[in-house]
Amino acid sequence: MNSGKIAMGVFWASGLITLAILVIVIGHILLNGMGMISIEFLLDSPRALGREGGIFPTIIGTIALVVVALVIATPIGVGGAIYLAEYTHRGTITKIIRAGAECLAGIPSILFGLFGFAFFVIFLGFGWSILSGGLTVACMILPMILRTTEEALKAVPNSYREGSLSLGATKWQTTQNVVLKSAAAGIFTGIILGAGKVAGETAAIMLTAGTALRLPTSLFDSVRPMSFHLYILAMEGLSMERAYGTAAVLVITVLIINSTTTLIMRYYTRALRG
Amino acid sequence: MTNKIETINLSLWYGEHQALTEVSIEIQKNMVTALIGPSGCGKTTFIRALNRMNDLIEGVRISGEVLLDNEDIYADSIDVVHLRKRVGMVFQQPNPFPMSIYDNAAYGPRIHGIKNRGKLDEIVERSIRAAALWGEVKDRLNKPALALSGGQQQRLCIARALAVEPEVILMDEPCSALDPIATTKIEDLIQDLKKEYTIVIVTHNMQQAARVSDMAAFFMMEEDRAGVLVEYGPTSQIFTNPEDKRTEDYVTGRFG
Repeated sequence: MNSGKIAMGVFWASGLITLAILVIVIGHILLNGMGMISIEFLLDSPRALGREGGIFPTIIGTIALVVVALVIATPIGVGGAIYLAEYTHRGTITKIIRAGAECLAGIPSILFGLFGFAFFVIFLGFGWSILSGGLTVACMILPMILRTTEEALKAVPNSYREGSLSLGATKWQTTQNVVLKSAAAGIFTGIILGAGKVAGETAAIMLTAGTALRLPTSLFDSVRPMSFHLYILAMEGLSMERAYGTAAVLVITVLIINSTTTLIMRYYTRALRG
Repeated sequence: MTNKIETINLSLWYGEHQALTEVSIEIQKNMVTALIGPSGCGKTTFIRALNRMNDLIEGVRISGEVLLDNEDIYADSIDVVHLRKRVGMVFQQPNPFPMSIYDNAAYGPRIHGIKNRGKLDEIVERSIRAAALWGEVKDRLNKPALALSGGQQQRLCIARALAVEPEVILMDEPCSALDPIATTKIEDLIQDLKKEYTIVIVTHNMQQAARVSDMAAFFMMEEDRAGVLVEYGPTSQIFTNPEDKRTEDYVTGRFG
């Protein structure tokens, strides 16, 4: 047998295994969880610590944390990336910022949780709350948004910038009207990846957002997102079915987020490129 | 004849490398001035010095003067943004923005504060007409500019430059990425445009320089420096009766 054929076989098998794992994991969750999903499960509050009832407050908890984290991390991440890509020349400071962002991205999430607990919950006195949890995960996804935005900005051809400047546009007008518009799809991808990460995050949240099963009414209320709820349900042996049900809702939420983004991006890119 | 742009002993360095060497030249109003010379001779650097696009490159140093209507464009009092509004540019590769044809043409006026839709419509039509593109795009102004052919894209870029009503248009090898038919259209366009604008064009193509320009400047590089202006004069003279041996060798195709 020639080595080309063997290589082909290995690559083919690798591809197949990757796909199989994805199908098995998602399939397993959906098979076990879909049976639980009903209007009551989605819209009822949990009873008896989650043994009965639905998961409505945890869905709201997840959404609240995603929104807070994105509202905080997006402007800082995108702003930092614009600074790095458009307003500075490569130098020591940019190297430090980039290295810092990379380091931040590599830190295990439980460490962010510990920091968030010490800083936001205790020191700033926000308590276990949406705010503390949102701020903590914002710190986590910030480097991701910064790096993807920076890459997207770098991918914008320099000829666009020159074209705009040659018409008498200022640097900021050029960045706003041409560069950011062209990079929008890439930037958006980074933000959505961040949203997905927040939706699935557990370790950093449980130390900062608390465990309350009530429906939150303010940013200072404690919440329990779906990810943490399913952890509790499974770990405490409260209800395996409901853990799977919650997992299924979580998976579907993330899939919806991802596919809507893809659709929006495809539409947007087509509108630009023709 | 009046001078529109005059450079006096203009030198420019990229770090240690000298890319322009004491260039003194008078560019005349409502004429087409062609800059010719071998690759790397400093033509593009020179043209980009006229609207200060070289400012964007790190480590650029300049000495001498560039006068636009007798005013030094490198003086501290000069607003670069205003300067670039007066001196437009068309680049080697067509570079329309990834937006609609309309938005491309309206980009400059919008930047400069025109919001009125009727006024914008008027400017867009006028400049696209002036760039000899109106008939081809008038029914699809809202289509993406990137869907146009290369030649159409380049004419749209010219329209985009015209829309801010510049006095001078700098063209850096505007046809080098285009096919012969598109090139002919742009050359015809240049003839029309010189009635109202002063045009400076960099070209690699000798025939093109001979066809479109009134004046021609021949640049060369020497061992340790580039951007040496060898000869400048009426195009007919440069091509038929040059004073300098090097110009003659170049225009007759003996090198370069």
